[in-house]
Amino acid sequence: MTETILDVRDLRVAFGARRGEVTALRDVSFTLGRGRTLALVGESGSGKSVTSLSLMGLLPPNGRISGGQLLFTDRNGRTRDLSTLKQRDFRALRGPELSMIFQEPMSSLNPLFTIGDQIGEMLWLHVPMSDADRRKRVIEMLELVEIPAAASRVDQYPHELSGGMRQRVMIAMAIICEPRLLIADEPTTALDVTIQAQILDLMRRLQSDLGMSILFITHDMGVVAEMADDVAVMYAGAVVEEAPVDRIFDHTRHPYTQGLLASIPRPGRAHGERLVPIPGTVPPLTALPPGCAFAPRCPFSEPRCDKPVQLSRKAADHRAACILDTLPARPVPA
Amino acid sequence: MTRYLIKRLVGLVVVIFLVLTIAFIIVRLAPGDPAALMLGPDATTEDVAELRTRLGLDRPIYVQYLTFVANAAQGDLGDSLFFNAPVLEVLAARAEPTIFLALFSLIFALVIAAPIGIYAAYRHGSATDQGAISTAMLAASVPSFLTGLIFQRYLATELGWFPASGYGGPDASFLERMGHLILPSIVLGITNSALILRFTRASMLDILGEDYVRTARAKGMTERRVVLRHALKNAGIPIITVVGLTFALLVSGAVVTERVFNLPGLGNLVVNAVLRRDYPIIQGTLIVVAALYVLVNLLTDLLYLVVDKRVKL
Repeated sequence: MTETILDVRDLRVAFGARRGEVTALRDVSFTLGRGRTLALVGESGSGKSVTSLSLMGLLPPNGRISGGQLLFTDRNGRTRDLSTLKQRDFRALRGPELSMIFQEPMSSLNPLFTIGDQIGEMLWLHVPMSDADRRKRVIEMLELVEIPAAASRVDQYPHELSGGMRQRVMIAMAIICEPRLLIADEPTTALDVTIQAQILDLMRRLQSDLGMSILFITHDMGVVAEMADDVAVMYAGAVVEEAPVDRIFDHTRHPYTQGLLASIPRPGRAHGERLVPIPGTVPPLTALPPGCAFAPRCPFSEPRCDKPVQLSRKAADHRAACILDTLPARPVPA
Repeated sequence: MTRYLIKRLVGLVVVIFLVLTIAFIIVRLAPGDPAALMLGPDATTEDVAELRTRLGLDRPIYVQYLTFVANAAQGDLGDSLFFNAPVLEVLAARAEPTIFLALFSLIFALVIAAPIGIYAAYRHGSATDQGAISTAMLAASVPSFLTGLIFQRYLATELGWFPASGYGGPDASFLERMGHLILPSIVLGITNSALILRFTRASMLDILGEDYVRTARAKGMTERRVVLRHALKNAGIPIITVVGLTFALLVSGAVVTERVFNLPGLGNLVVNAVLRRDYPIIQGTLIVVAALYVLVNLLTDLLYLVVDKRVKL
């Protein structure tokens, strides 16, 4: 059993809206082991990004953690609840312990500072060293993320770089303090497929070099298969299934996960086999059904699904929030 | 860059030429004979005829125009009818209070408005924010002659903190003269701070929602550093723009303030010139203010270059 560095327990996040509060996360729970990659999967609006922003303490001003715990174990073995951490203490964690790369490399870098300045600032904030040493370290970092001609690129501005290069810069910035946990919020969504493959490759290599854990947020099951050790599938603000990646693909226990898998093209799929979309849309958070949130779109729903359903153990390392113990094959629409 | 500068300087010349033309036309559009108007109802026909010859009004209109432009190109904007001295000399003698009034009031407006605007944007929607916006509205709504009179009465006459009016007389030292500008600068600054405050707040508000501000926070820096380093630099361009425009407006907008505080500046000069029908002075002021306006705009654009490396000229 690997050491757990992140244990999210029953996380609830609420957003203040014009009329009352909207609950964006309903008891989200998952764990992430040291050096492992957990993929947080779900459609837009399922709460993936809200989860990651809660972990960074960067929820927008109208959002707040209304319940649960975010237990993070730092490199000194000290476990703290991030949900109750003071801003001052949180700042010290951001960078050396927790770090994040964002979806939009084009807009996530400040256009008015050189990339060397922006990467170096991360070091300046957390690691005392001379300006010359810092610059040397930044150039090394650019080489590590495979940016050609690093020594001259270091003085360029973001607008002089391509999207893939900018995401490499973001990665360099995020890992220069060698964080324990890297949160990657759809880091390749905005990139071309070939660039995407390079970035994923780079992240995997850096992970094994630095021994960091990655919380990988994506809606792309192909990326999940590529990157993840473990998977947590989210739907309408809750985790509906959590298991190692091979079990998610081969022993799916939740109809939503099954639906997600059926709706993506995969090599090895029989020729002429149809892609099956999930009917309907994610219900708005203000109008969730009383029981299982997926029931209205589920091909197997029954009257019992009207009652709330908890994440329950289906196998040793496999949990799912479904009343069914075995999942029938998904019906193919005519 | 050099190309750009040359282009802009050519533009400057074109603008000044246009202003010259307009100034020329305006004087000719005034109803009646300028010479008769200048001399007033008591003048004899001979006096009028003599003045017409002196002003060249008896020559064909295109000759008058070409002479006017040719003289202006050599820095000769004619002679003031009232002062009997070259227009440029008269303007130069009156420029000091106006330029320093504009400068001081701009500094005052910036020092007051920029920090409040930044803070209001940061605390968007809070009571501080609402208060700042309302105060700015009030400051912009009260006419500067009213603020001027109130300040003059209470801060100068009753409390005696500042000189109430004038420029200290002919023997006043530079410091004394500047002392006379403090109160007018505050009055003019208050009016203009409203615009700067609203612009600063609006552009900061935009910037604070940007992805790179979130990135900055994710790096574990203090909020102070996020706002003052990462956000403010990006909000700089719109702020520079409005400051540049305000400065140019201040030079011409100083008319009322100079009047209220009886400062011997360009504003006062031009008002008196209008009352005295001293057309050469009116023309000259028009041209100098227009040139200043274009120059300040050029400087503003050059400042963009320093702030934002994406700007290519």
